[in-house]
Parts: sequence; C-alpha cells; structure tokens
Amino acid sequence: MAILPPGVDSRSFESALTEFRQAIGSEWVFSSDEDVALYRDAYSPMWNESTELVASAAVAPETTEEVQEIVRIANRYGIPLYPISTGKNLGYGGSAPSYSGSMVVDLKRMNKVIEVNDRRNFAIVEPGVSYFDLYRYIQEHDLKVWIDCPDPGWGSPVGNALDHGVGYTFGQYRDHFASNAGMEVVLPDGEVLRTGMGALPGGEWGEYKYGFGPSVDGLFAQANFGIVTKMAFRLMPEQEAHYTCTAIVPRKQDLIALVDHVNYLDDTGLIGMPGWRNRLSGFGPMDPELAALIENDASDAEFDAYAAKKGNGFWSVELQFYGPEVTVKANWEYAQQRISSIEGATFEDGPLYTFPMSDEDKANHHHRVGIGVPNMEIFSIGARSERNPSPQDGHLWFSAIIPRSGEAIFKAQEVIGKIWKEEGLPYNPFATPATWTPRCYIMITGLPISRTDNSINERSMRAYNRAVEECGANGMGEYRAPPAFADEIQNAYSFNDNIQRRYAEKLKDATDPNGIIAPGRGGIWPKNIRDREGRA
Amino acid sequence: MKNLFYVGLFSLATVFSSNANAQTAVERGEQVFDTWCTACHDDTRRTPGTAALAAKYQGALPALLEERTDLTPEIVALWVRNGISIMPFFRKTEISDAQLADLSAYLTRNNGN
Repeated sequence: MAILPPGVDSRSFESALTEFRQAIGSEWVFSSDEDVALYRDAYSPMWNESTELVASAAVAPETTEEVQEIVRIANRYGIPLYPISTGKNLGYGGSAPSYSGSMVVDLKRMNKVIEVNDRRNFAIVEPGVSYFDLYRYIQEHDLKVWIDCPDPGWGSPVGNALDHGVGYTFGQYRDHFASNAGMEVVLPDGEVLRTGMGALPGGEWGEYKYGFGPSVDGLFAQANFGIVTKMAFRLMPEQEAHYTCTAIVPRKQDLIALVDHVNYLDDTGLIGMPGWRNRLSGFGPMDPELAALIENDASDAEFDAYAAKKGNGFWSVELQFYGPEVTVKANWEYAQQRISSIEGATFEDGPLYTFPMSDEDKANHHHRVGIGVPNMEIFSIGARSERNPSPQDGHLWFSAIIPRSGEAIFKAQEVIGKIWKEEGLPYNPFATPATWTPRCYIMITGLPISRTDNSINERSMRAYNRAVEECGANGMGEYRAPPAFADEIQNAYSFNDNIQRRYAEKLKDATDPNGIIAPGRGGIWPKNIRDREGRA
Repeated sequence: MKNLFYVGLFSLATVFSSNANAQTAVERGEQVFDTWCTACHDDTRRTPGTAALAAKYQGALPALLEERTDLTPEIVALWVRNGISIMPFFRKTEISDAQLADLSAYLTRNNGN
C-alpha cells in the first residue's frame, strides 16, 4: 500500500477509502501501489528520493456533487486533498501533490464542454476538458471562435488558467486566468460557490467576471482555497488574417529601443505575443569564434562587430498581427515606420495566412498555437532528435518575471547566466524572454531531470534554488514553479515581513480549519501543518 | 443558469463508448491511439514522438508506431504505464486497463505480417 496521509492511521484510512468508494464507486478510488504510482510527477527532481512528493491514493469524481462528498469525507478523516485537472503540468509538478500523503482528486472524468458561444465569444468547461477536446468540439460544431492555447495541447484550460498559464494571441486572451469569466468552486467545507454572474440566479457566465462586491476568483489560482469544477473563458472570434513579420536590429544595445517600440505595439492592441530572438547563434554547435568571444567576456563593440561580419543582425522580434487583411498589413506598415527610427533596422515580411483555413493548411502553419490549434510540437525541444541524440528524462522550468525593458533583459541574462555557468549548465548569455503574459517578460529556462542519475537532479535543484535567491535579490520573482520550490519563492515575496503569505494563512485557517485543500500549494500551509511541521 | 449547463452538453466518454460493443478490439484500440497517441506519433516529422523514434532507430525500425510489427502487449503496457524518455506515464482515468488492452491489440495487429 502507498503511504498514509500524515496523522491518519491505517484503520481510519481504510474506513475513509470505504466511504470514498461508496460515494463515487469503487472503480474510481485508486489505492494500490501500482495505481497510485501513476500520480507521481514524471519530471520530479526528487525522483526515487525519500523527499519525492507522492500521493496516498486518488479519487476520480465525475460531478460537482461527488467532489462535494469527497471534501466532506476528507474533512471527517483529516485527509488532505490535491486536485488536478488533466495532470499534465509537466515541469511545474505534473499530477503529484504538493504535500506527500495527500489524496489526489483527479478531475479528468469531469470532461464536459458545457457551452461554447460564438456570438458572444466565450466557453464554459469542466476541468478534465483538454485543449484538444475543446478544439475538437469547436470544429465539430463549426463554431467561429479561436481558443488561446499553451504549447502542449493536452493540458486543461481550467488547470492551465489556475496555474497562471499562458498562450500566444492578444494580451487579453493569452493571460489565461485574466480571460476567466466566472467559476464554480467546491469550498473546503463542501459548499459550492459561483463567481461573476454565476452568483446571480438566472445570470449568465462568460462575459462579466466581477458580479458585485469583492472578487474572490484569484484565491483559487496557485492556491488552496477550493476545488474549481467549472470555469468560463472569454474567447477570440475567428480572425480573418494572421500576419507574422520580423524586425531585425544590428547592435546589442538596440534591444533597448526595440523593446520600447514593441511595448507600444502590444499595449495598443496591435500585436499578439512578440517573439524575441538573438541572431548570433542558432541550433547546433556554436561557432568557435563566438564561443571565444563569450568565454573572454567580449565588449559590446566586439559582439557588434561579430554580428556585422555575419550579416544576420543581433536581435529580432517576430510580430504577430491579427485582424482583417487590410488591417494587419497597415499595422505592419506602421510598425516598420516606428521601428525604422533604430539605425540599420531591417524588416522581413512573413507569411500571411487567411481564414477560414483547411485542416491541411492548418497542419502546415508554421506556429499552430498562434492560430489556436493545439498540438504537441513543443516536446520536440526535449525529445530525442538528430540535434539531441541523448535526451534527458524531463525538465524543471525556472520562470522569472522581469520588467519589459532591454536593461532588465541584460540584467536577467547576467544574473541567471552566471549561476548556470558556475553550475556547469548550458547557458546562453543572450537568452531572450518569453512574452506570453502581457505587461511582463518571463526569463524561462529548462533544467534537466533524470530518472537514473540523481546528481543531475541535485545540480538542477541547486541551480534553481540559487536562481530564486539571486533573482529575488535583483527584483525578479517567479510566476509559477514546481511544488518543491513553492515555499522558497513565496517567502521571497517578503514585503512587510511576508504579509502576503501571512494574510493568505489567515484566510486559509478561517476557511479551511482542517487544512484539507492542497496543503503547501502556492507556499500556503494550513495551521495544523504549520504547527506540526514548522512549515512556512 | 440551469439551461446553461445543459446547452451543448458533450461527454467524451459518451462518444468513446458509443458502438463500443459492435467494434473489435483493434478498432477500439485505433480510437485510443487517435485520442492519446497521434499528437506525438502521427506520420509527420513535426510530431516529437515520430521524430524521436526516427532518430533512435535510424531506419532500422519504422519511426511510426502504427507500422511496427514487433511490438508486444507487454512493451506497450510498459510504455503507457511507465513512460519512456520525456513521455510521461498515463493514468487509468486517461487510458483504462481495458483501453490499454485495446491499444495493444491495435499496435500488434501487424505482427507476423
């Protein structure tokens, strides 16, 4: 048998399992070693270590009422619960709990698309619905809306939004939690809460998210105040055109002005996610001349001279234009006029896609998530390939939020690059940020994970911990993280003696006195575990 | 609000189980493959599973799982329940034991041909 929930003896746990089986059917209560092992984090940095975060059992309800009954039983026995949606948050914790001995509440069977409306442009879904499922539903019903996808399509719109996940189109859609338009939540005492217009009998979800009074939706993301069982999302209407064009600048310091121009375009609503790239090196082995310049900490002028000799520019940004064909072309013209103020800037017209588009043409689109078509192409980065003949078994994502300025990018490159170099990890001194979340940049780096060589995992954890600390000292905090690092990250947000964490703990203790829901999620621990284990 | 929850009600499970009895294990297994495997293992180089197997086998074996003639139920179960390389394992709420048996029937259908 798998481990017991802390503080629960085997006899009580067996009684609880019996009650869970009566509540949802024995087929959907998983307690054998073989079944519980499927709830491990496949990319755990503590794989096979005594510290690995593992579940005691799992339950898979099909309805909100079953979730309520599970929460009531868990309260009676003091069993911590850890909800997952599709369980594919790989690199950020997967399907494993944030506190060993928790019982996973696997919501995969709650897989109903409740409504997709292409007149008012929203969807309402359950947590077990994946991006693939929602896309399939929209296609089968010939609905004229796009979803905003993260890179892996097997994730859940609900689960992704609740971990502050992100995508690729306009800012109001690619921040997936911001596109929330009302949710249904089972609270720690088993009651059901609906937010937004769902709180009004006869009201309709999907548009206005605030309802009246305090908006509590934020408590249910990256936290442990309830189990979300339905969620509404604002969707983008199907676009007439997608135009992808590139601006290139020749010198290192040109990044500062280019970021400012791109901020204007993004904040004005003219573009979707800007795609930054350093053009000194591509995939494959690094040019020895460039490697020598990096090793010798060459000056900006020396790097600029190298870039000029290669003739490929220093930085580029790929701009995504959405809208009518005439509009996207005009917006690209405007962007070129604006960016031309940078001496030596050059421009490349990209492909112009128009819609509706055949399935064959969608399959050939150069970046399918950019047009709301979920896929799994992102795994090509880590999977075995001709470029990567000896892949690792997984990765951790280190993802620091930085301000949107060229200066901040240079600073992040310096801080993170120094740690990676000292730890013997591959690093790129010209790493560029991801821009999924509007109004911020994310310096994201993958750290390797092995299921057979713990020294690789130890090095990745050491680098991660150092990065949290040293980025924190430079004003950079993480937006999302594997559970192993949640406490350290939460504690780095330390204004006024960690009032953010202490306030969340007050709310936690008041609303979840038995500490049932996801202890440790977001670095928030209930009083019983804080007292018993000194967690904080 | 009540209507809201019943408009467009759609259950993957319902679709999945429809006509289940009339289908063979191989046919059901093909559905499992289409639902869970094709996104990484279809016949384009842009799918990471196919690309990974092409790099691994260098032509000695087909990169497409559906073209293999040497798979056994045991190896299919090992991959699904233990994962391999960066592919994680699948829970029973995703691929049940019965669906795993069907998937094995599909992926071993060419053996001996």
